[in-house]
Amino acid sequence: MSVEFEVVIGLEVHAELKTKTKIFCSCPTEFGGEENTHVCPVCLGLPGTLPVLNERVLEFAVRAGVAVDCEIANFSKFDRKNYFYPDLPKAYQISQYDLPICKEGKLEIAVDGEKKIIGITRIHMEEDAGKLLHSGNTITSSHYSLADYNRTGVPLIEIVSEPDMRSPEEARAYMEKLKTILEYIDVSDVKMEQGSLRCDANISLRPVGTSKLGTKAEIKNMNSFKALQKALEYEIERQQEVLEEGGTIVQETRTWDEEKGITVSMRSKEEANDYRYFPDPDLVPIIIEPDWVEEIKNSLPELPDAKRKRLVEKLGLSEYDAGIITESRALAEFFDKTVTLFNEPKTVANWIMGDFMRLLNVESIEVKDSKVTPEKMAALLENQADGKISGKMAKTVFEEMFVTGKTADEIIKEKGLVQISDEGSLGEIVDNIIEANPKSIADYQDGKKKAIGFLVGQIMKETKGQANPGVVNKLLQEKLSQL
Amino acid sequence: MKITAKDVEHVAVLARLELSEEAKEKYTQSLNDILEYMEVLNGVDTKNVEPTAHVLSLKNVFREDESQQCLDKKLALSNAPEEENGCFKVPRII
Repeated sequence: MSVEFEVVIGLEVHAELKTKTKIFCSCPTEFGGEENTHVCPVCLGLPGTLPVLNERVLEFAVRAGVAVDCEIANFSKFDRKNYFYPDLPKAYQISQYDLPICKEGKLEIAVDGEKKIIGITRIHMEEDAGKLLHSGNTITSSHYSLADYNRTGVPLIEIVSEPDMRSPEEARAYMEKLKTILEYIDVSDVKMEQGSLRCDANISLRPVGTSKLGTKAEIKNMNSFKALQKALEYEIERQQEVLEEGGTIVQETRTWDEEKGITVSMRSKEEANDYRYFPDPDLVPIIIEPDWVEEIKNSLPELPDAKRKRLVEKLGLSEYDAGIITESRALAEFFDKTVTLFNEPKTVANWIMGDFMRLLNVESIEVKDSKVTPEKMAALLENQADGKISGKMAKTVFEEMFVTGKTADEIIKEKGLVQISDEGSLGEIVDNIIEANPKSIADYQDGKKKAIGFLVGQIMKETKGQANPGVVNKLLQEKLSQL
Repeated sequence: MKITAKDVEHVAVLARLELSEEAKEKYTQSLNDILEYMEVLNGVDTKNVEPTAHVLSLKNVFREDESQQCLDKKLALSNAPEEENGCFKVPRII
């Protein structure tokens, strides 16, 4: 008889903070740049130098903490995590061990409409490591490595979750939610592909109904939400197979191989990690006043959950639409601004989720870089609502606006896009078309109602697509019934 | 607590040190002597004493998030035993 297994997943997420300078020195954090040009004696770990904490790092860590309901420590300190690896020139990483800046938070996720709270164990501050370029194709076939220390000392927060997730879908939803929150509170660029948001997963299986945690594997190198989900799906299968064959899971670190779609053991012959943490004597303790935490709490923008709720309850959007629009702060703000100028939330939402998001995706443009502004979109929607242009014309105008950044009025004028809604002038054209197509009229009167479509087509052709289809239909029906 | 030769070997591996049998024996003895001496301190009643995080009474020392001149690349690499393409060249890792 086969045993049913329950999946247990916890995530460790690293987010690079978007400060101007590094965590303990005044080198810029800028991505890219020529190798070893964003370095100084402090981040190179030269003797006699002293690290000093960047005050923005502390502020950003506290912002992240209050955004996910953490308790902010009154007393916090830095520790040294000792290990020999050339990505860190000091042979230790400055991190936080037993007194992290934030602890005991939570966030809410939803999978298939099912809501669930995921606990956050802690958030701590630490420095990023440098980059190693390996001479061979793989790390094991290299003869030597090249170290670039530009990234060394870039500030990170590590957000550790409780082992509360029970499926790869939940893990992905948690990661997406965390990304959204960090983007909203403006503390990180959160680009997984560029490495400013990274995630490791701890995953284990246990027989359903038991409470003791199984032996876990730690999975690394998942560089997208999709990779996270796939790696976890693969790992569940692998562990299940081992357990079903009566084997035991080895506690180890495994790396996700995106191309092969498998996880591979990274265990080196070195013995288990023993970091020998101790308080860093170069850095003094941090004492935080509750007033300052309150101040930061009050400075937070409306967070995604609150925003979604408002869009549903106050503006009448569906949960689904509100979910999509609030996934990105930039998009949500675009929406809010547009609605203040053109007060039809559903119409605005449809335009944003339809043509706007489609074009942004196709052209790989971010909302903030788009030439379409809330003002321009609202003006376009006004034109359509007034009946000045048709829905089809509005789409044409929008596409042009997206490319050139011109206003709706300019484009309408240039292209001569004027919708004819005037019943007098349309009536004349309708009469002419009826007169010129006796066969279609006969068909219509014989009960072939489809013939009306042909007549509408003729009228649109005559007016170069400028006739208001609603008015044309109405006039045709009237006139045909009078014949 | 008693330090064994095995503990010494473990610490030596972590510190990337190669020790002769003779040295191992010597360090086992020295480390035990140190711990024994620390036992004296354990006799002090510290029930009402906060754990020390730092020996100075300083707290909250910060710097502003303003960037300053970095090291010249040549200077930055001047301590590198070997360099290649503007990087520190290090032995293979695994």
